[in-house]
Amino acid sequence: MVHRMANILFIGLSLSSILLLIALGLSITYGAMGVINMAHGELVMIGAYTAVLSGLYLNLNLFLALPLAFLVSAGVGLAVERVIIRQLYGRIIDTLLATWGVAILLQQLIRLEFGLSFFGIHVDGLGPGFQSFPIPAFLSENFDILGFTVQPYRSFIIVLTIALTFLTWFLMYRTSLGTQVRAIMRNPQMAAACGIDVNRISAWTFAYGSGLAGVAGVLLAGFKAVLPNMGESVVVDGFLVVVVGGVGSLFGTLLSAAVLGQINGVFAILTNDIVARAIVFGVVIFLILLRPNGLFGFKSR
Amino acid sequence: MKNRRQFLKESSALGAASFLAPSIYAGTAAGASELEVGVLFSLSGGLAMIEKSLSDATLMAIEEINAAGGVNGMMIKPILEDGASDPKTYNEKASKLVIRDRVPTVFGSYTSASRKAVLPVFEKRNNMYFYPTYYEGYECSKNVVYTGAVPNQQLSNFIPWIFKNLNKKKFFIVGSNYVYPREMAKVCKILIEQNGGETVGDEYLELGHSEWGAMVSKIKNSGCDVVLSNVVGGSVISFYREWKNQGMTHDQLPICASVTSELEVSAMGAEFAVGSYASFPYFQAIDTDANNSFVERYRKFVNDPMAPTHHALESSYFQVYLWKQAVEKAGEATPDAIREGIKGQVFDAPNGRVTVDPDNLHTYLTPRICQYKEDGQGTIVDEYSEPLQPLPYSAYGETSDDMYCKESGLDTSKL
Repeated sequence: MVHRMANILFIGLSLSSILLLIALGLSITYGAMGVINMAHGELVMIGAYTAVLSGLYLNLNLFLALPLAFLVSAGVGLAVERVIIRQLYGRIIDTLLATWGVAILLQQLIRLEFGLSFFGIHVDGLGPGFQSFPIPAFLSENFDILGFTVQPYRSFIIVLTIALTFLTWFLMYRTSLGTQVRAIMRNPQMAAACGIDVNRISAWTFAYGSGLAGVAGVLLAGFKAVLPNMGESVVVDGFLVVVVGGVGSLFGTLLSAAVLGQINGVFAILTNDIVARAIVFGVVIFLILLRPNGLFGFKSR
Repeated sequence: MKNRRQFLKESSALGAASFLAPSIYAGTAAGASELEVGVLFSLSGGLAMIEKSLSDATLMAIEEINAAGGVNGMMIKPILEDGASDPKTYNEKASKLVIRDRVPTVFGSYTSASRKAVLPVFEKRNNMYFYPTYYEGYECSKNVVYTGAVPNQQLSNFIPWIFKNLNKKKFFIVGSNYVYPREMAKVCKILIEQNGGETVGDEYLELGHSEWGAMVSKIKNSGCDVVLSNVVGGSVISFYREWKNQGMTHDQLPICASVTSELEVSAMGAEFAVGSYASFPYFQAIDTDANNSFVERYRKFVNDPMAPTHHALESSYFQVYLWKQAVEKAGEATPDAIREGIKGQVFDAPNGRVTVDPDNLHTYLTPRICQYKEDGQGTIVDEYSEPLQPLPYSAYGETSDDMYCKESGLDTSKL
C-alpha cells in the first residue's frame, strides 16, 4: 500500500516536473513581457530536434545536448523577438496571432527539412516522420532503494527542473538584471523612465525563456516521439499552469504545476488519463473563476 | 511558376482529349497506348512519412508492370494526388480524379478516416478504390477492394497462439481512442473468451497521447500477464519507451501488438521493442526469394539502402498487380469490368499467395506473428499454413459459413 501510494505520488511528481519545465519559460515570456507566445511549443520542439541532430551528427549525449539546445532555442527566440515581437509590445492579441504564425512557420521548416525537400534532398533527423533520441543507458536502468523502485530518467528530470527553477528564481530575485525585469513587468514606462533599457532587457528575457523551452524539449525527447507538431499539445499545458499560477509569479507557477500534475497523476491511476484530463480542466476553470488573476497574480500594470 | 504553367497546359490538354473522346474513361481516350489510374496518398502533413512509402510502392509496381509490357499492351499512367493528411482534401482529390480525370480506378488511403471520406465519391460515381491498409472491418462496399488485413486476420491466430505458446491468460487491452482499436478490442474479447481467458483491463488513450506514466503503472498493477496493444502512431513510441523506463521487460510481461510494425520499431529505437510480439500478414523479415528481391527492388526504387518495408506497403504493391490481372481478365478498364475481373483473382505477392474474396472484395492473407530482435527486425515465430479468409464483420459474429457481406450486398438483418 505504501509502495502504491509512493508510486502514485512519484507519477504525479514527474507529471508536475514536466509541466513546470514547460511553464517556466512561458511564465517568463508571458508573465514578464505580456507576450502570448504561441510558438513556445515550437521552441520546445526545436530543442528536441537539436538533441536528435546533435546526437546524429556530433555524437553528443544528453548532457551535452542540454546546453546546446538551450543556446539554439534561445537564439531562435532572440531572433523572433528582434524581428517580430519587438514591434508588438503592449498589443497582446497581436502577439498571439503573430507568434502563432511563427509556430506554423517553424513546424513547416522542420517538416520540409528547411525547404530542402523541394529539391529532393533528405536530411537525416528532419522531415515529417518520427525521430528518436537515445538516453544514456544508466538513466534507463531502474534500481531499488529501500524497496522503492527508482526511475532514474524521471528522477533526473525532476532534479533538473528543481535546479532550473532555483536558477530562474536566483536570476529574477537576486541579480540586478532580475530587478530590472521585475520593474518592467510591473510598469514598463516607469521602468524606462528610471533608466532601464527596456528593449535590451526584454530581448534577453525572451531569449532566456526560449532557452528554457529548448531544455524542456531535450528532456521530452527522452520519452516522447520527436515530431514536427509535438509542440502543439505542450503549449496548452504550459498556459494552463501559468494562468492558474498567476501571471508573473514564479512561486505561483511552481505551485500550480505541482497541484495540476498531482491531480492529473492521481486521477489517471484511479480512473484513466482522459477523465483525469477533464478533471484537470475542471479544476483550472474553478480556480480561475475563484481567482481571476491566478493563485499569486498581482493586479496592476 | 513554370511548373504551374505546365500543369495548367497539361490539364487543359487532358480535359480536351477526354472531351473529344467517345469513351468516358480517359485511359482509352488518351490513345490506345495509355491507361490512367489515380494514386492518392498524403505526400504532405503528419501522415506523409508513412503514406509516402505506400505511394512509392504503388508507383514501383506501376513502373514494373510498364517495363514488362503494360496492361493489355497499354502503359499505365499514374496521376499522383496529395491527400495532405486531411480527409476533406482526400474527398476533393478523389472527386477530381474520378470526375475530371475520369480514371477507372484509384489506389489510395492509409487511415480509415480518409477512406470513409472518399467512399461516397466512389459509390456515387460507381468507380473503384483499392485500399491497402489493415483496418477495423465493418465495411461492405462494391466499390472498394481491400488488400490489407481485417481484425480476424490479425487476431484469430495471435490470441490462441498467446495462450498456447506464451501460456498467458489474463489480458490487458490498451489502444488509441478511435474506431480501429475499439473494433479490434471487440474481436480480441470474443477470442479471449473462446479460449477460456480473462480480460482484466480495456483502456483507451487519446490519439497521439504521449504521457504513459500512469497507464503503464496501471497495467503493472492490474495483475495481467500479457498486454494486447492496439496503440497507433507516435503514442506507440512513448508507450514502449515508458515500458522500459518503468523497469518492465517483454520477457516477464510481453506487449503483443497489432499496429507496431518495423516502422514504429525503428523510430522508437529497437532496444525498446526487443522481445515484444506483433501480428501482421507481412514482415520485412519473411525470408523468401520473392520477398528479399522485393525489399531490394523497393530500396533501389526509393534510393534508400535502409528503407524499411511493412504490411500496408506490401499491400500497396501487390494490389496493383491484382488490378492488372483484373483488367486483363475483363479485357477492358471500366469500373464494372474491373470489379467483375478482380473477384477470385490470385497473385503471388512477396508475403505469399493472396486471393481476392469474390463476395466481400477483401483479400485472403497469411497471418504471421513475429518477435522483434535487437536489429529492429522480427523473427517469424508462427505463420498460418495457408491464407486465411477475410471476415470484415467478425466482431459481430461473422464466420466463414455465415458471411454477412455477400456479392449481393450486406445482409443487415444479421447485424
